[in-house]
Amino acid sequence: MISPHSLAATHAAKRRISAHTRVLCGARRAESTKAEPPPAGGHLPGIATSKLLRTTRDAALRTPGISWKDDDGGAPTREFGGRETRKMNVYQAVRDAMSIALMKDETAVVFGEDVAFGGVFRCTMGLAEEFGRERVFNTPLSEQGIAGFGIGLAAMGHTAIAEIQFADYIFPAFDQLVNEAAKYRYRSGGQFNVGGLTVRTPTMSVGHGGLYHSQSPEGFFMGAAGLKVVIPRSPIQAKGLLLSSIRDPNPVIFMEPKILYRSAIEQVPIDDFELPLGRAETMVPGSDLTLLTWGTPVYHCETALSMLANPPAQLAPHVPSALRTAKIELIDLRTILPWDVETVMESVHRTGRLVIVHEASRTAGVGAEIAAEVQKKAFLKLNAPVRRVTGWDTPVGLQYEKFYMPDAVRILDSIVETLTY
Amino acid sequence: MYREMNTMRRMEQAADALYKAKLIRGFCHLAIGQEAVAVGLEHSITKEDLVITAYRCHPFAVLRGGSIKGVIGELLGRQIGMSHGKGGSMHIFTHRFFGGNGIVGAQVPVGAGIAFAQKYLEKPTATFAMYGDGASNQGQVFEAFNMAKLWNLPCVFVCENNKYGMGTSAERSSSNTEYYTRGDKIPGIQANGMDIIATAQAVKYAREWVIAGKGPLLLEFVTYRYGGHSMSDPGTTYRTREEIQRMRSTQDPIRGLQRYIEEWGVATEEELKKIDKEAKATVDKAVEEAKASPEPLLEDLWTDIYYKGTEPPFMRGREREEIHHY
Repeated sequence: MISPHSLAATHAAKRRISAHTRVLCGARRAESTKAEPPPAGGHLPGIATSKLLRTTRDAALRTPGISWKDDDGGAPTREFGGRETRKMNVYQAVRDAMSIALMKDETAVVFGEDVAFGGVFRCTMGLAEEFGRERVFNTPLSEQGIAGFGIGLAAMGHTAIAEIQFADYIFPAFDQLVNEAAKYRYRSGGQFNVGGLTVRTPTMSVGHGGLYHSQSPEGFFMGAAGLKVVIPRSPIQAKGLLLSSIRDPNPVIFMEPKILYRSAIEQVPIDDFELPLGRAETMVPGSDLTLLTWGTPVYHCETALSMLANPPAQLAPHVPSALRTAKIELIDLRTILPWDVETVMESVHRTGRLVIVHEASRTAGVGAEIAAEVQKKAFLKLNAPVRRVTGWDTPVGLQYEKFYMPDAVRILDSIVETLTY
Repeated sequence: MYREMNTMRRMEQAADALYKAKLIRGFCHLAIGQEAVAVGLEHSITKEDLVITAYRCHPFAVLRGGSIKGVIGELLGRQIGMSHGKGGSMHIFTHRFFGGNGIVGAQVPVGAGIAFAQKYLEKPTATFAMYGDGASNQGQVFEAFNMAKLWNLPCVFVCENNKYGMGTSAERSSSNTEYYTRGDKIPGIQANGMDIIATAQAVKYAREWVIAGKGPLLLEFVTYRYGGHSMSDPGTTYRTREEIQRMRSTQDPIRGLQRYIEEWGVATEEELKKIDKEAKATVDKAVEEAKASPEPLLEDLWTDIYYKGTEPPFMRGREREEIHHY
């Protein structure tokens, strides 16, 4: 008979092995090939050629809402001319943000499972060597312990940047995050807080992650007032939003869409900058329908929009020609808690139609909350029911993963149905 | 020490009375019988050392820089309360005390984080992370032990073994009831939690141990609570009245110290009686002050959720007109 103890050990070992394999494979590939290796699971259609990514210096420096955090207080001459950018993917941008945080804030420490040797997704590569192992260190495989430890550290006024290796593993830490972190300020009457805590964690599907590596748990935290939940879509967004999250005086859960670590590439300003929390960003303006999403599905939405305008031959019969010139407004929510009601409502009041896209399952997902709020605030303005395109209400089965996720065709279908309601 | 133990007991008895008078609502866990742990601990540490504990937290809150009226006020849910009436019994903090914590075992890894910060700042100070015999079976307690030993944190894990985790005796819940041995490579000591000389000496030793850089230490206090687990537990369904009576008459920490004092001729019985009376008067006065304090302002329902200025534009109440705009 297998004791529960050895079973748990085997489980942990398996997790470890798969994580190690990924890192080792990544390293070997990077050394042995000249070309950029394809990301695990292959490039998603749309990301490599996405027009939403800012691939020139000029475009990068014009990122809406960017706020420079120069040591010299931001000399006006540096507003545009003196800025440099570097080509980065999401994991490099995340690393860059942590490097700046460690450099400028002596109390900042980075910890989590395997982070000292770079982390399974390489977000902390070289940080231990650069800043020392007393500031960038590995923890045991104990998520609840990591969260509790980070809360204690933050309660002492430190900047604690914790990594939970996969968002799927955040559930053992759920109690600490919801009962301790979220309520620390409130239940101590403002005497203590854990505002210095930021929990980074890779989220969303990777194409073959299956049950425990492809979930999107952002919705579970939505009722935990006191926390903030942030999900970036690109390297510039990841760097700016992560720096804001680290410095925000509230505990933040920062979820990084793992498929984008390698596949989303932008020119990222190398200076210290922040992007605002609690603000959505309108990426494509429109007047006929609001398409709201965050994280990976941003790119599926972009693909769906181009399919709507120029449907491929197989889909053309299903896309009425009158709809092909429809102007769809695409919004990236970015901060899930507290979400930007104002921007979303302003848009829906103009368009009268809303389609929400997220990877997590539908029942009580983030879309449910937004839909309920929108129908209450804009009941008489709506021309069609609020539509949700989400994962199914099932676990993420390995072989079903592509079927599970809201892809461009399902998004297109929902847009067409909502426009013709 | 005698005065403080007496005052703490009077305070808890006052809380008991206020609860029974339905002036204190919610949950209320009293530490009557366990005074020697809190008072002994406070006497052997400095103001720079840090303490975090579970929900039986009232004496620590007072001794670590709080006040009796602050604790009673918090229990009553008044503005004068140490968390402004927003926390209640389990949620009382001071500058050097990281609070009562309501989730069983959750404060232990938090204590490890606090100890790490102390080590990081290279301060010669210790953290005392306290938990009960019930919490000692929580997984995260072992996670915290492991991290603390791995990184040699100046953390003393203090197990207050009062022999019952809620209504289940230690023998029925733990395969190993020698809690001081449960730290794997962390050494542990056991002390009589009903004898304040023993608790004070044990804490002194433990503090010196961790500050000397020898890594964490487990410290088990064998103690006893006279009351139930909380106010809603009469405390007599899982143990006999005779057992409680026997502990009260033979092991009581306050009577124990009284015997020492009288044997050693430090003070007379009259002098001690005077202290008792003063303790009662102090508590009575604090209770009246706390009772006089108003209930929290409606405004404060919405404060301290997010840092001022970074909150969402509004938070919901129950109805449309109850939406609060910041």
